[in-house]
Amino acid sequence: MPIIEIKDVVKTYQTGDVQVHALRGVSLSIEEGEFVAIMGASGSGKSTLMNIVGCLDRPTAGAYHLAGREVSGLNRDALAEVRNQVLGFVFQNFNLLSRTSALENVELPLIYRGVSGKERHRRATRALERVGLTGRLDHTPNQLSGGQQQRVAIARALVGEPKVVLADEPTGNLDSLTSVEVMALFQELQQAGITVALVTHEPDIAEFSSRVVVVRDGLILSDQRQSPKNARQALDELVAAKAREEHA
Amino acid sequence: MNPFVTLRIALRALMRNTMRSFLTTLGIIIGVAAVIAMMAIGAGARAQVQAAFAAMGTNLLILLPGSTSAGGSHGGFGSMPTLTWDDLTAIRNELSNVKAASPALRSNQSLISDENNWTTSITGTSPEYFQIRNWPMDGGAAFTDGDVTAGAKVVVLGKTVVDRLFGKRVDPVGQTVRIGSTPFSVVGVAAAKGQSSTGQDYDDAAFIPYTTFARRIQGGLSKYLSGTVFIQAASSEQTSRAMAEITRLLRDRHKLVDGQDDDFSIRNLNEVAGAQQQGTDTITTLLASVAAVSLLVGGIGIMNIMLVSVTERTREIGVRMAIGAKPRSILLQFLIEALVLSIVGGILGVVFGVGIATWLANKFQWPIQIQVDVISLSVGFSGLVGIIFGLFPARKASKLDPIEALRYE
Repeated sequence: MPIIEIKDVVKTYQTGDVQVHALRGVSLSIEEGEFVAIMGASGSGKSTLMNIVGCLDRPTAGAYHLAGREVSGLNRDALAEVRNQVLGFVFQNFNLLSRTSALENVELPLIYRGVSGKERHRRATRALERVGLTGRLDHTPNQLSGGQQQRVAIARALVGEPKVVLADEPTGNLDSLTSVEVMALFQELQQAGITVALVTHEPDIAEFSSRVVVVRDGLILSDQRQSPKNARQALDELVAAKAREEHA
Repeated sequence: MNPFVTLRIALRALMRNTMRSFLTTLGIIIGVAAVIAMMAIGAGARAQVQAAFAAMGTNLLILLPGSTSAGGSHGGFGSMPTLTWDDLTAIRNELSNVKAASPALRSNQSLISDENNWTTSITGTSPEYFQIRNWPMDGGAAFTDGDVTAGAKVVVLGKTVVDRLFGKRVDPVGQTVRIGSTPFSVVGVAAAKGQSSTGQDYDDAAFIPYTTFARRIQGGLSKYLSGTVFIQAASSEQTSRAMAEITRLLRDRHKLVDGQDDDFSIRNLNEVAGAQQQGTDTITTLLASVAAVSLLVGGIGIMNIMLVSVTERTREIGVRMAIGAKPRSILLQFLIEALVLSIVGGILGVVFGVGIATWLANKFQWPIQIQVDVISLSVGFSGLVGIIFGLFPARKASKLDPIEALRYE
């Protein structure tokens, strides 16, 4: 059974007198452990699709099963619970709380789950270790580089042990080397059995996924499985190339 | 979600803008401080009025004889002696609500000592008078019932009179003063009582047995009591009952039929005290309401800052919602922030209010009374202000759409 199953989803916005058809009957099913890249130009409807998949928005029509549960008709409280329990979010601009330590940022989802302080601390520390940020638990976002901030954000997405991690342009604000680093991290998550879906408009980022879905004008244009490029290998090559450059 | 965690989040958010948080609470601080200072001053004034009336005598009724009416012109109360000595005896002995009664015959006379002379108000009375008026002796003792029966030539002097006749730091007990040509022996000095609320000096007085007064000053004891009668009711609740009893007794004794006016009048000093107290209470209420308005303004200040804070932190709210905060949690977070602001403001306001009241008390010798119930009430009220004015911004925050909030720049 697919972990994400969307059937004939329609999303229409009312902007003044004009009706905007953001999604016009989209069906998509994602199996557990897949790594899906959703591509499309701006205005294609990919963000709307992502918001619906992320339970931040409800479809105007159509059905959405997430982890075996119909979620398209849930109220705000129930959706908040689903986001907290099943999903993890990574954003383009990291969206960490400023003047708040990395550790506390990562603890945040557990606070809303009612986990005790000690347990929160333990799990957040482990999540930060998992993304390779062991020595920077007390650093606030402005003391961290962009790549490190995004790692904190990924740790925050992971700390609740979600089934699905959703990433909206996670490499949009990062340089190419750090982007590949982050993609390597997502590939590790996939290997650990977590379903990953990310929105991007960069084809070389989509190469690291196992499936590319292209959205245009509120409809799915193409949906192709591919053998993913190994991010770890790509990273090694990039580092080696950089070293050669500096040597020359 | 754990309320302590919410409280910690709120405290941290407030600490990030220490200056702004402080300025926001300033409104509440001023409001609460004003309420507490005003109430302390009001309560102090009230206590002062109470003390002034207690100095006059407790549960005191004053009985005045009736007025003359000659050729259509009415004299004032007391202008015609209608009360008899037998009336006084009847009041003393027959009425259950009356504890004590004593006559007060008054005349201004010149008192002469060896060195000085001083004209003062001489009161001819009985020993109960000092009990009725809560007036202890400072030196010596009051004259006795025996002195009254014997018509003894003894006098109790007020403090001012002692100072005038003998100078300060002189014990006059045992000395002799003359009233007119009659020598009186000083038996007691009445303790200093100070001024009445109208500025009359209670201590500028001398007291002699009423029998002596009638014989030596009025020139003979008659059937009528040409003065007033001070009556003490058995308790403050019994004053109005005592008043009714006296009225009934005297009307009966004076054989007044229905429809005929009383030929005497009774003043209830408890009522006068009540009226005066009402006056101070009105002023206190007025001042406190002005202070309460400033508390309200403080509440609006909190609402203003909370609205700014919600707008500023729109993105944070979006993030919190995206990772699983329910609208309720967001509402609670902002509500607790508003509550912390107002309660901290309230507590600081108490500190300042007590400080201001104490300073006023020292600087201007104002009597103040700091009341615990006013303090807890104003802290509670400021908390209420925080909830009321924090609710709107908090609801606004909780109703944000997470997508819009995340997109907010």
